[in-house]
Amino acid sequence: MGKKLLLEHDHVPGINSYSVYREKGGYASVEKALKTMTPESLVEEVKKSGLRGRGGAGFPTGLKWSFLAKPPGVERYLVCNADESEPGTFKDRYLMERIPHLLVEGMITSSFALGAKSSYIYIRGEYFYVAKILEKAIEEAYANGWLGKNILGTDFSHDCYVQIGAGAYICGEETALLESLEGKRGNPRIKPPFPAVAGLWGCPTVVNNVETIAAVVPIVNQGGEAYAQIGIGKSTGTKLISASGHINKPGVYELELGLPVEEFIYSEAYCGGIRGGRKLKAVVAGGSSVPILPAELILKTAKGEPRLMSYESLGDGGFITGTMLGSGGFIVMDDTTSIVKNLYTFSRFYHHESCGQCSPCREGTGWMEKILHKILDGHGTLADVDLLWDIQSKIEGKTICPLGEAAAWPVAAAIRHFRSEFEDYVKNPGNIQDVKHYYRLNNLQPA
Amino acid sequence: MAANKKIEFSEETLALCHKLIKRYPEGKHKSALIPILHLAQAEFDGWLSPEVMEYVASILKIQAIEAFEVASFYSMFNLKPVGKCHLEICRTSSCWLMGAEDVVRHLEKRLGIKEGETTPDGMFTIKTVECLGSCGTAPMMQVGADYYENLTLEKVDQLLDRMKASGKRKSYTDVAETRPL
Repeated sequence: MGKKLLLEHDHVPGINSYSVYREKGGYASVEKALKTMTPESLVEEVKKSGLRGRGGAGFPTGLKWSFLAKPPGVERYLVCNADESEPGTFKDRYLMERIPHLLVEGMITSSFALGAKSSYIYIRGEYFYVAKILEKAIEEAYANGWLGKNILGTDFSHDCYVQIGAGAYICGEETALLESLEGKRGNPRIKPPFPAVAGLWGCPTVVNNVETIAAVVPIVNQGGEAYAQIGIGKSTGTKLISASGHINKPGVYELELGLPVEEFIYSEAYCGGIRGGRKLKAVVAGGSSVPILPAELILKTAKGEPRLMSYESLGDGGFITGTMLGSGGFIVMDDTTSIVKNLYTFSRFYHHESCGQCSPCREGTGWMEKILHKILDGHGTLADVDLLWDIQSKIEGKTICPLGEAAAWPVAAAIRHFRSEFEDYVKNPGNIQDVKHYYRLNNLQPA
Repeated sequence: MAANKKIEFSEETLALCHKLIKRYPEGKHKSALIPILHLAQAEFDGWLSPEVMEYVASILKIQAIEAFEVASFYSMFNLKPVGKCHLEICRTSSCWLMGAEDVVRHLEKRLGIKEGETTPDGMFTIKTVECLGSCGTAPMMQVGADYYENLTLEKVDQLLDRMKASGKRKSYTDVAETRPL
């Protein structure tokens, strides 16, 4: 097992309570930051650590923080993106449920660096019970003097709140999240201005993912340079991976970036191999939005090098033969899986979640879902496969927010790597194994 | 809901609303809209009628249309009545891979209704939903605040029996019986 920075104590009984968390060294980063550091030196440490946004985009966190505008007399905000909705991703839920104080501690330390007097944790509505866990942790932090006025007797005062969403994938996009936090529909804003200049209620705002904020804690405790020693190249530190699908041991794993993908899938320490000893067919490595890769390309790059769990290695080969680390939502499919049907569940998802602001996304996602349904129903033509390709290419890059790309990329990758499977559905509809569609094809009533 | 029942929060809920409003800077109280709509849905029979949305708007001193445009955007808000137990089954990738369709088919057969419908006794509604962040414990369904994970058809049967016997409405805000399985 590799190094653990976030989940080191995740199986300690009672770690969700303040007392046990504190016993295990909790809140040390707040003490260190407030008593020995300045906000500027803390931002420098985060820059040195090489930490990259763990929500999916992988943007350097220290750089993002340094963009925060600081006009005098204007409030600044830290907002935690706990809207985790990318299919295949459940790491933030695990972290918040098991070790809620780690996030609270990260919020306080990060807010000190940013000069934010208030912060909000925007959590997806479905995680209502997790929101309650966080609220309890926040209460405990207030009771023990880590939140409120003049924390540890310093000038720094801070309030932290949990804000509940109500079911909308788009609110994971940072400007849509801010709209939602302002009590509106989650329609993404046109950028610029970026949130660092005009974010929550028009004030300078930093929006960071749960895991990113949690990672600030070990960075402050150990120093940025020590953190940067962990991992590989520009992929520093550890990453939480949500592993699901046809594997023996689904779950959340913290791994040191740079672990070989093959080891992650087959080692007993992680996924424990494919269910029933079957053959690996494909992997979606970083949440539904990133390109799916067939077994041979997920285990090795096109150059024949072992593929590693890192931003660079997973991205090797661009979208032609590579993919992205994304949010770390690792979905494994064995040789029984229909790639076409899986893609249909993705396209249906993006159609459902498109906010409807931009025509290419609003119309394109629905169109792609319908064509895939037609193919799965046994009525597709070869022209439909080309049409799918054409539609996705016309969404990408033509929308206000990245949901357009997120909807287009999985379609492009599935056709790129599994075109023969689509053609088989079209040419041999009688072979379609899905019971519901078989019955519909043959005009039978399901039993 | 009885036709002429007055729409008004309990004192306790109203106090909570005012506490929520204080979380935001002065003049930014509209931010409390989504949390208060959740409270309203829980208190007024599991859905948001136009009258309920008007009432919520009046608490926040905003136009009723502002409450409606928000309520209609988010998938957790029901704009029509639903059963006391709103069975929300995740259907996206990982859950589909692990047999979510079998769960839905089983529910449909067992309850004698189709997805999107409510049983005549008003007890159950079946709804398929998009990814709920439970991919590693698929298939799953959410009922109120509770996540039921690693579902098997036997587990589903036990759950239905238990819910039916209790006869109580399950709301998102009701987190007492969290993750019993």
